[in-house]
Amino acid sequence: MTRTAARPPAEAIAVHPVQAPPPAGGRGRRRLADQVRAYGFLLGGLICFALFSWYPAIRAVVIAFQKYTPGSSPEWVGTANFTRVLHDPEFTAAWRNTLTFTLLALLIGFAIPFLLALVLNELRHAKAFFRVVVYLPVMIPPVVSALLWKWFYDPGAGLANEALRFLHLPTSNWSNGADTALISLVAVATWANMGGTVLIYLAALQSIPGELYEAAELDGASLLQRIRHVTIPQTRFVILMLMLLQIIATMQVFTEPFVITGGGPENATVTVLYLIYKYAFLYNDFGGACALSVMLLVLLGAFSALYLRLTRSGEDDA
Amino acid sequence: MSTRTLVSPATLARPRGRAVYWTVFTAVVVLFAIAFLFPVYWMVTGAMKSPDEVAKTPPTLVPEQWHLSGYGDAWDLMQLPQHLWNTVVQAAGAWLFQLVFCTAAAYALSRLKPAFGKVILGGILATLMVPAQALVVPKYLTVADLPLIHTSLLNDPLAIWLPAVANAFNLYLLKRFFDQLPRDVLEAAEIDGAGRLRTLWSIVLPMSRPVLGVVSIFALVAVWQDFLWPLMVFSDTGKQPISVALVQLSQNIQLTVLIAAMVIASIPMVALFLVFQRHIIAGISAGSTKG
Repeated sequence: MTRTAARPPAEAIAVHPVQAPPPAGGRGRRRLADQVRAYGFLLGGLICFALFSWYPAIRAVVIAFQKYTPGSSPEWVGTANFTRVLHDPEFTAAWRNTLTFTLLALLIGFAIPFLLALVLNELRHAKAFFRVVVYLPVMIPPVVSALLWKWFYDPGAGLANEALRFLHLPTSNWSNGADTALISLVAVATWANMGGTVLIYLAALQSIPGELYEAAELDGASLLQRIRHVTIPQTRFVILMLMLLQIIATMQVFTEPFVITGGGPENATVTVLYLIYKYAFLYNDFGGACALSVMLLVLLGAFSALYLRLTRSGEDDA
Repeated sequence: MSTRTLVSPATLARPRGRAVYWTVFTAVVVLFAIAFLFPVYWMVTGAMKSPDEVAKTPPTLVPEQWHLSGYGDAWDLMQLPQHLWNTVVQAAGAWLFQLVFCTAAAYALSRLKPAFGKVILGGILATLMVPAQALVVPKYLTVADLPLIHTSLLNDPLAIWLPAVANAFNLYLLKRFFDQLPRDVLEAAEIDGAGRLRTLWSIVLPMSRPVLGVVSIFALVAVWQDFLWPLMVFSDTGKQPISVALVQLSQNIQLTVLIAAMVIASIPMVALFLVFQRHIIAGISAGSTKG
């Protein structure tokens, strides 16, 4: 794991003539000086982690059990925040939407880049072009992608309905219809984010030894059989990793519903993170916001732990 | 170069195989053009249409008249110079703070053997399991009233810069790179009497250019693309970065002007990508094999 022998032992330096002569008292002082120096390098990073990662994580749990108004001293309220949040009709809607969003993003947002990467790996021309173009939407700021699609989804002169009219298909309400809003947002998220998935999966495909395909072909395996018995098992680890990353990312979706639909119509696109934002900044209910955050945290923490477990074990294999 | 993939070279060499290959190739080119390039084209040209033309059905594929005034109006009406400048300041500061503090901390954890180093590293890696967005509210409350010194960083770029340092992913990337640097070179520097800072500055950093490049790009892109956090901490319109300003102003502005502003907001990152595309794509692809 960590290489402890990365530095020469302290004694080796201490006896070296170029170094300042060790003061009386010797090694203890020397060690202390080393420690002070090491912590000098660590300090800035340590303070930032303490303030903006560790402390907020603890605080989320504490405030979840408090009535908290900035400026006045907090009051302990037991589990009142959780009960209140659980009885909010938006709570069910937010979790249902977030889970549906995640599931759809997994089905659509994972299957499409997966198939695309499979095809791209077979193409022998314009490789650089494909890689740049597929990643282009990722570099467009998410707010711009969201506003762009909001314009495409406009029921009047939006491009989406124009395309349907051009193909003589019935038009849709897209993000403005309660039934179609969520899937419309999944399409935006997929469009905007699939570049990363495609590139990572392409790299994984390139690491498959060609002999495996040759051997499979000699055994008479068809194209689909080769995908099933060579490609998928060989990239199983990357597939799993990308899926978990996708789940973790889509469970935290906020920008698309906030910008495109404002959570509507009829709460059809309110997500958990959006609800957290509403509790904090519209209702001024920081206790409720933190109670929701803790729930999200526990669920996402479990997925993240699984992800880290997998990447760690994958490293050991390599 | 050509390694064996799913389809064998022999199949591709046959006339039928070649026909299928070129059909698929053309289909993918057309698909990519429609799915990824056309929306961008639509945005860039939409900003150059007149307000009437942009609302017309069926729409025009090419603007009847090319108006550049949309871009000029966006620049002036939406105070884009100011918001772009805010974004640049926020991104550049976050980048600098990350480079200085993350590099120093990673170096200490990798080479200086601080007491409780493993515990600290564990604590840092644990934050990878806590998705950042789930903690925005308590983080906001912390920034609004810093513990002990009771200062508010709201509407201050420090609210972006300091939390950016708490980036476990970048720190870990740096630490792992430092772990792999050849030991003898660093030892030689120490024997020559170079202090820790000197070793870091003139030996470690020059050897770490690739990883510093990756971390720099990640740091810049993250701040430029972020939305929820700046939305929370910058209530003052004059301090908002471009992403927040776009959404705030999108309600009451003419469509063509908004689209022009969207194009302008996208240019810096797309340009960065086009310039460094090989490094960025190589970095992402490498990320798959090495977590």
